[in-house]
Parts: sequence; C-alpha cells; structure tokens
Amino acid sequence: MAEATTRLELEGITKRFGEVLANDKVSLVARKGEIKALIGENGAGKSTLVKIIYGVQQADAGEMRFEGAPVVVSSPRAARRLGIGMVFQHFSLFEPMTVLENIAIGMDQALDRRKLEREVTSILAAYALPLDIHRHVDTLSVGERQRIEIVRCLLHRPKLLIMDEPTSVLTPQEADQLFDTLRKLATEGCTILYISHKLDEIRALCESATILRSGRVVGECDPRVETQRRIAEMMIGAELANIERAPGRTPGGARLLVERLSVDTDEAFGTELEEISFAARAGEILGLAGVAGNGQKELMLALSGETAAPAGAIRLDGSAIGNLPPPARRKRGLCVLPEERNGHAAVASFSLAENTLLTARERKHLTANGVIKTSALHDYARRVIAAFKVATTSEEAPARSLSGGNLQKFVVGREILQEPLVLVVDQPTWGVDAGAAAAIRQALIDLAARGSAVILVSQDLDELLSLCDRLYVMNEGRLSRPLTVAEVSIEEIGLLMGGVHGQAEPTHTRAGDAD
Amino acid sequence: MNFDIAISIVMTLVVAATPILLAGLGELIAEKSGVLNLGVEGMMLVGAVAGFIAASLTGFTPFGYAVAALAGICASLLFGVLALTLGSNQVATGLALTIFGTGLSSLAGAGFVGTTITRLPALFPPTLAGHPLLRLVFGYDVIVYLSIALTFAATWFLNHTRLGLILRSVGESDASAHAIGYPVTTIRYGAVAFGGALAGLAGAYYSLAVTPMWADRITAGRGWIALALVVFSSWRPWRLLLGAYIFGAVMTLELYSKAAGFALLPPEMLAMLPYLATVAALAVIAMRPSRGRLDAPRCLGKPFRAGA
Repeated sequence: MAEATTRLELEGITKRFGEVLANDKVSLVARKGEIKALIGENGAGKSTLVKIIYGVQQADAGEMRFEGAPVVVSSPRAARRLGIGMVFQHFSLFEPMTVLENIAIGMDQALDRRKLEREVTSILAAYALPLDIHRHVDTLSVGERQRIEIVRCLLHRPKLLIMDEPTSVLTPQEADQLFDTLRKLATEGCTILYISHKLDEIRALCESATILRSGRVVGECDPRVETQRRIAEMMIGAELANIERAPGRTPGGARLLVERLSVDTDEAFGTELEEISFAARAGEILGLAGVAGNGQKELMLALSGETAAPAGAIRLDGSAIGNLPPPARRKRGLCVLPEERNGHAAVASFSLAENTLLTARERKHLTANGVIKTSALHDYARRVIAAFKVATTSEEAPARSLSGGNLQKFVVGREILQEPLVLVVDQPTWGVDAGAAAAIRQALIDLAARGSAVILVSQDLDELLSLCDRLYVMNEGRLSRPLTVAEVSIEEIGLLMGGVHGQAEPTHTRAGDAD
Repeated sequence: MNFDIAISIVMTLVVAATPILLAGLGELIAEKSGVLNLGVEGMMLVGAVAGFIAASLTGFTPFGYAVAALAGICASLLFGVLALTLGSNQVATGLALTIFGTGLSSLAGAGFVGTTITRLPALFPPTLAGHPLLRLVFGYDVIVYLSIALTFAATWFLNHTRLGLILRSVGESDASAHAIGYPVTTIRYGAVAFGGALAGLAGAYYSLAVTPMWADRITAGRGWIALALVVFSSWRPWRLLLGAYIFGAVMTLELYSKAAGFALLPPEMLAMLPYLATVAALAVIAMRPSRGRLDAPRCLGKPFRAGA
C-alpha cells in the first residue's frame, strides 16, 4: 500500500443504462508508470469504465481517486486538467483540415500557431513519431492519424493515458512503434490504461491486467505469466472451444477466378485497383491481408457487384460475371459480406427476418412473383438464429437491438446457410468478442470443408494465419505474390503490408534482433 | 446620358445583390457549422415585416434594421429549438419555417400595405455620394458596405480565428467535436442565430431600401437564391459575393430591359432567369459529386445527439 506510487484508484464504480448494468462495483488500482491492460468481451463494460474515468460519462455510484485525492471528473476537459488523456478507438479528427489545425482544435486554450507548431515538433522528435504536420488528414494512413491523437494527449503532459483498442487498424510495424512510444511514456512515469482484444499484444506490453465480464471485475492477473488461453477463458467465463479443422485438405479447382481486375474509384481518397489477379479454390480459405484503405473496400465492391467490372475479369465456376449486378451474382452463388454490419450488411431499423430478405431472396426463394413469403422469411431467420446461437428476443427484433457480435453472427449465418459457392467476408470478427469470433471462424472453416471457397479479408494477422491456407497481402491497390501460410513469417507479411514488394527472395535480416 | 444610365445600372445591381449576399453569408456560417436551414426565405420575410413596422411606427429607419435583425434571430431560434434541441429533420423544419414566415409576414403586414418609409441615406457626404462618377463607389447606404465588410469578416473568421476553426470542426464532424469537448449544439445555435440576424437584415433591405414600402411576399423568393448561392460558392464567402453580384446583374438586366421596352426575351422569361440559373448551378454542382461532397461540410443537415 505505497500511497505515493498510486495514480488512479477506482472504488465501487457503478453505471446503469436503463436495464443494463454496464459497470457493477468496479474497483481498480493503477500505479505510476504502470502499463495496465483492461480486457473483456464486447459489452463487458470496458468502454463505459474508461469513459467515466475520462469524464465523458458520469458514474451513478462509486469513487475515483487520482493521485490520492478524491476527484469528480465532470467532463473530458476536467479530465485533461487533471492530467488524464485518452486516445479513442474512433479518432476525433476532421479530415479536410491539416494535422496542425486538428491539434489546435484539441487544445483547451488558444495557443499561438507558431508556438504550437514548435511544441508539436518537439514532441514528435522526442518520441520519434513520424508525422508531417502540414498535411491534410484525408491523405494520412490510419497509423499517422492515431499519432495525431497521441500528440494531442501528449501536449497536455498526461499522467494517465487511456488507449482504447489502439492497434486494431495498425500494421505490426506501426503497432511496434506505438508500443515503443507507450513504453517510453511509462518509463517517464505516465500510467497507461490499455484496452485491447488482442491478448498477445497485452502479454507483450502490459505488466498487469484487469479482466471485466458483464460489468464486473472477474480477475486480475499478470499477463506476462498467464497463458493467452487462460486469459481468454476468464474473459468469456467458459472454456474456449478449440477450432477444429480437418488436416491436410486438398483444395479443388478454382471457384472464383479474378483476372487483371482494375477499378478506378470515384471516391476522393479511394484506392484504385491495379490488375488484381487471384483464384480462390474449392475447399480453401484464401486470406487477403493488409492495412485498411489499401483497396480492400474497392475489391469488396467489385466482387459484390456494387461497382461494375469487365465481364471476364471475374469468373465464377468458369462463367464470366464481372458485369452482373449483385442479386444475379448471389443467385449464382457468390455471396459477399461487407465489413460494416449496420448500414451495409444489415439495415439497422429492419427486423432480423427482413434483413434475411436483403441477401437470401434468390437462393432461399423468399419471394414469389414479387411478393414476400413471410413465413419462409421468418423460418429462415429462425434457422440462422438457432444455428449460430444469436442472442436475440426473436426474429422480429430490429437489427440495431443486437450487440455487434450477435449481429455479426447473424449476418454471417445468413450468408453461410445459403450454402454459397464462394463467400467473401470482410473483417468478420472485428470488434466481436472472443466467443462469437470463435463461432464465426469455425463456421467459415466448416463452409470451406463442404467445398465452398472462402475469401477472408482481415487485418487481424493471427486470424488469417490460423484460418487461411494461402494469403495475399494488399498494398496500394495491388496484390502481393501468393503466400502459403505454413511457410510465411509475420515479419514478411508486415513488410508486404508496409509496401515493400518482396518479389523473389524474402528478407533474411530480422528487424528485432537486438531484443 | 448613356454614361449616367450605365452608372445607375451598376448601382441598381449592387443594391439588388446586397440582400442576397447578406442572407447568403448568414446561411453560409450556419451551414459551415453543419446546419442546413432552408428557412432563409421565411426569416427574411419576418425580418422584412418586423423592420418595416418598426421603422414606420417610429419613423426611424435604423431602428427598423435593428428590429429586423432581432426578428430574424427569433425566427431562427424557433428553427433551432426544433432542429437542434429536439433533433427534428432540418429540411422539413426549414421548409416549415419558410411557410410560417410567409404567413406571419402577410398577417402582420396587412395593415401596412402601401405605407412608405424613408430610406437610409447614403453613408458618405453628398460631395462623394452625389458625384456623377464617384457615387459608383460612395453612393450607397451603410448596409451595402456592411455586407462587403461582413464578407471580409466571415473569411477571416472562418480561416484565421480559433472560434472559426471550432465552428468548422463542428460542421465537419459533430461527433469528434463533441468527443473533444466542444458544445456542438450551443455552437450551432450561435451560427443559426447569426444566420437569422443576417436573413432578417436582408429581408428588411427589401422593405426599407429596395422598395421602401410594404408589399406581400416582398422578398419574392430571393431567399432561395441565397441558399443556392451558398452551394454554388462552395461555402466560400468571396465566391458568394461574386455569385450574388452575378445574380444582381441578371435581375437588373431584367428590370432595365423591361423599362427600356427592349424585348430580346419576353419579360417573363427574363424574370425566370435567376431562378433558372439557380437550378443550373445546383445541377452543375451535383454533376461533380466527389468535388461537391468534398467542399460541403460533412455533417451538413445531420441532426446531432450527444451520447449517441
């Protein structure tokens, strides 16, 4: 109980939203210079807890002490005044403005432009953060955008820095760079509260972890000594199911053949696809790795039929479908599930049953002569709910009432139960809790085992490496050479993601030899 | 003699452009904060009638302008309560405000139809304002100079002040601005009220300067032109000024050709021109979707709810 080294203490923090108890008597202690992980499934209450610490929300009960003194943090501004900074998962950035303007907006007091520029430059230099402060935010990578948020915090000289899922969109190299920055901050005495799903990261970075489940603290551990599996099980409160895959699958012929697919983009900051060619074979899971914004979205649109392509550029079981609209492609057996659950894969205000109609109409014959077959619709929705253990009141519930993980299970199930010949999924487990993610992954493996081709677009390398047979890396609208998962290293993928187009020989020099 | 007419034409043009510029500037600021207030025409009419009544009852025209600005603010706050506090659809609310303003001004102005008031004098002394040539520059009332000064001020405010930066940030990403800790709704109220004040002034310019008398629907749809000009100008004050003067020129051309019995086009066609040009401008902008989208504040017209 060394009082002097305690920075943040929470005692009995409780927060209720209507019926839901988001935080139930949460207590937590963080020391000076400690990097502490806060882990838990989606909806476990991590975000609510840090929002309370940062003053975005107010606790209904409980006490918070900062540097030993009880505090009431009524707003983010008050939090910043105490020395609490936070980098949100969703950045608070203004795209048409420059980096410097964005930083100026984040300041609580007006600061002379030149003085601000000097301070920012010195912080960038001190923490070795590469960032051009005069560029417009639209032109920056996600990693660079995150650095703006970090600089905003560092300008306030924080004593406590909260990071909410900071690496979900970074390349491994960018993540390593972030960890270096965080470690340097910690050695300077700054306490870091680190929220993440990625247990390997937490084990590499954090010295202690608090595990939340259903709003309650269910355990504390030292992630450096605990196994990932053990932590994951504490998180979901049950034994984790092993992902089962039949060993030694031999893929069949090409189901989906993409040949020299080039797509121009209308989007101001979209990525143009340049001569993308690949084949997805029956029975295999083909991975597309890459940092977001390198053409994945454009490729998804071209595959789904939302943007047109030359007929011959995309072939499904031999027939040219590149110029067909989405319903015709689905009818033939190419199902594409976009990344955004609410608004793209599902209509938030529609019921689950109505949402099945959006993509399963053709293959499941949910309409007859333009009239919806209501009972067929409900049957299908109920089958999806049962098969994928979707937690919902009924198939009448609107899509928006489901948690992210549950809705994701539903939309994945909606596609898989159509038995597509080819299924393309974009980030199917992003922001989904461990239990749901495992179920979704298993479903993809099973679908491939039944002879479909599955194309998995993901930024989660662990996921790609554990599921895929082969993978390509996307960078600036181009594909790398195909990589066989069994033979590839994380470093190599990371370099390809960063744009080093390794043509023939892989790099043998290892980046991290020193440590 | 011809020279005199040319000068008069230009001066008429400036007078015709001024209320459009004023109303447009107000709307530009409101839209930069992310609020699409289609009630410009209604706020102008409320300002026009309130200003006219105040001026004719007191016989003091400047007081009329002050009341007009206040009336415009009141009308805009009505919009604010509905659209910003209660989160109603901005397009529908703006349209309702225009209909309401039109009716209210007809009702309130019914007893004043045909009464006249005195215009504001030229700002500069008669040696300048009455000079055959210099009146081109010095021959206007204070509102004309105010509108130009406000164009300067708006540009400077948006690009070089911290408050301007915050206002733009609220219009570009309300959620981000809220997360950083800016009072999104309060800032939008301010911008909407500013828009209301300028719309009120613009309306009063019709009833107190352009035609210094009260007539029903005196603004004749110019509020819509101001709205279109904001888009046409890509939310830049100087382009708005240019656009307003171009529209002023078209309207003046219509007026003079009618007076001169000069009939290249039937007068009805000429009267249509500004509105046709508005439609054309909007169509041109819509044809360049990515550019247009880039220029528009990204949260334009989107209701904001804290904590959502």
